Amino acid sequence: MATQLIQIDKIQDDDWVIIDLPVIEVEIKKQAGKVVQFKLTGEAYPTSEQIEKTVIPASGNIILPLQVYAKNKARLAERLNKGEIGIWLLTHEEIEKYIASEEEINQFSIIAIKTEKFADGRIFSIAARIRNKFRFTHDLRAIGDVLKDQLYFLKRVGFSSYVIREDRNADEALEALYDFSDPYQGAFDLKEPVWRRKKRK
Amino acid sequence: MYKYDDIDQTIVDERVAQYEDQLNRYLKKQLTDEEFRPLRLQNGLYIQRHAPMLRIAIPYGLLSSTQLRKLAEIADKYDRGYGHFSTRQNLQLNWPKLEDTPNILRELASVQMHAIQTSGNCVRNITTDHFSGITPDEIIDPRHIAEILRQWSTFHPEFALLPRKFKIAVTGSRKDRALVQAHDIGLEFFLDETNKIVVKVWVGGGLGRTPILGSVINEKLEWQHILTYCEAILRVYNLYGRRDNSFKARIKILVKALGIDKFKALVEEEWQYIKDGPNTITEAELSRIKAFFTEPAYKTNLDSNLESHQNEKAFTQWLTRCTHAHKKQGYRAVTLSLKPTYTAPGDASSDQMRAVADMADDYSFGELRVSHEQNLILADVQEDKLYELWQKAKTLSLATPNVGLLTDIICCPGGDFCSLANAKSIPIAESIQAVFDDMDYLHDIGDINLNISGCMNACGHHHVGHIGILGVDKNDTEWYQVTLGGNQGNFASIGKVIGPSFSAEQMPAVIRKIIDVYISVRQDDEAFIDCVHRVGIEPFKNTIYQETAH
Ligand code: SF4
Repeated sequence: MATQLIQIDKIQDDDWVIIDLPVIEVEIKKQAGKVVQFKLTGEAYPTSEQIEKTVIPASGNIILPLQVYAKNKARLAERLNKGEIGIWLLTHEEIEKYIASEEEINQFSIIAIKTEKFADGRIFSIAARIRNKFRFTHDLRAIGDVLKDQLYFLKRVGFSSYVIREDRNADEALEALYDFSDPYQGAFDLKEPVWRRKKRK
Repeated sequence: MYKYDDIDQTIVDERVAQYEDQLNRYLKKQLTDEEFRPLRLQNGLYIQRHAPMLRIAIPYGLLSSTQLRKLAEIADKYDRGYGHFSTRQNLQLNWPKLEDTPNILRELASVQMHAIQTSGNCVRNITTDHFSGITPDEIIDPRHIAEILRQWSTFHPEFALLPRKFKIAVTGSRKDRALVQAHDIGLEFFLDETNKIVVKVWVGGGLGRTPILGSVINEKLEWQHILTYCEAILRVYNLYGRRDNSFKARIKILVKALGIDKFKALVEEEWQYIKDGPNTITEAELSRIKAFFTEPAYKTNLDSNLESHQNEKAFTQWLTRCTHAHKKQGYRAVTLSLKPTYTAPGDASSDQMRAVADMADDYSFGELRVSHEQNLILADVQEDKLYELWQKAKTLSLATPNVGLLTDIICCPGGDFCSLANAKSIPIAESIQAVFDDMDYLHDIGDINLNISGCMNACGHHHVGHIGILGVDKNDTEWYQVTLGGNQGNFASIGKVIGPSFSAEQMPAVIRKIIDVYISVRQDDEAFIDCVHRVGIEPFKNTIYQETAH
């Protein structure tokens, strides 16, 4: 299968393996006659059972679920030093709860944020926070329901790589990184607003 | 007014290209309905009961005559020859074809217009006082900051997919005509003791299903920090606003759930990382924008000829109701009423648009404004030209002297056009206008705001109408709930429901009873709203429910 990874502004081979949480029955609860996905309400997910049962491969570059990493911090320390460890989090997880400092966060070679739904815009603010507040300097990756139409925004808030959803064409998606040539406001990629960057009439 | 440079023009042009690609992928089934939805919404495209509806942005309500002519042309070419001016100072086309939308956007871009972020869960059109720049009670012209905010919020990468829509309003006058307390963020400009420009920041106001007036989050913010402060507010909202229930997703619900103090603490925490950063507004940038809003070439020593028409009652009525004081002597602002009886409030035909464009050229330096009361305004008219202008406006049905009166109804498109509606709203407005057709009587009743919304979404701002009417659904039939005592402006309040709802046929009689009670209990020239606040809703309730069988 062709790779779906866009890094910086090219399609690349992926040398990281994302470690998924084991599926232990999807939790669904009823609310006023409507089926509501447990996860989107921002309640406890993943479950402790899922965290317990996640299998951590003994070698290789791996991206672990945030809370699985947090549970196994001590025994992963050496691999972290070797640069083999990254973490991924869901859009309702708060990284602050598990990772204390700017220094600690910058030990990860990669952080991935997983958006489960295209319309969930939390991914942008989480990234902005990781870049502004924690000054994370390594690879920040968008995974999950990532489509062409978020790419330009994802780039601007500080992502450096993107895994395009499998059923979509990554080559086509790549074009979206250049949708606009001169955005108005300052963000992570272009720090200054256009009126500081350019001479305007 | 603000004029695009190459940078602005490139952005709207690139947007058209981007949207065209998105639409093509959708038509080729490479995007699902669900995926295309947020994309089309951010380009102003709704799918409604009859056809798509396209909402065109009129930034802070300001239009040039050239732009209005283009809108008329678009209404003729792609629609049915008319448009609807909304309470958000936008223009809506009700019948465009999906395939035509890229072309419409391209035509708009040719006159420096667009439909960007006019719907969807993003930062919407920034609104402000429609008398900005000319009203004598103005302290700061809010259009400068409104334009800076417009640019900043356009494709802000972090806030394209918020939990819900987000509306910002700005005012700089003593009298708040921008409803800042009913917005997600309201910015009220004033001068502090040292004559520095500062801003009072309101957050979490909004109408809709749960009407709440905003809370003050910052009493006195220096203007340079507006963008970074708004960014901090929006970031907190984007991260913590509810996404599981769209009825609970507005920022007002978050602010209420956390309490303003906790919310403020979160905002201040975020703000410290971006405060004084590159998005801090500079004096230079403010002056650059200011330069676009310089005064037109006003004449001095104008003679007024108003006295010579003193005895023409129809003219003097229009003069009192439809013109507004101007900071320059010899000038007035004129409101062209889009509320004659038997047309939907806010609707204008393409012929009317062209005629208004001509009037703007002839009498008001080629510019006009759209008010959130859904009228059009010529802001800079010489007093000695008012009589002439009035005569022209009359022939175009734009001079109904009812501005601020009972028949100047604010009304959403309702069940005739909107797929979310519980009930029709336009026919209710028309039936009330038909009952109150005696101008003298209307003038005697005086200032009343009557607002109608076809459903809980409150596009007609019914909660802040002195009289509010809300369409409700009971077993698949259309009913109307009435509220009294709502108010907008500095003394904003939310109206109270008077009791069980009424059928469409009962509505004109109900309004008549409300007015009768008012006339019988008012003291001297006490205004309707003051009277309701003094006597409460009981006397109204008693009379209406005693006499109306239901
Ligand atoms: S208030 Fe309801 S019916 Fe009226 S326009 Fe808004 S959504 Fe539609």
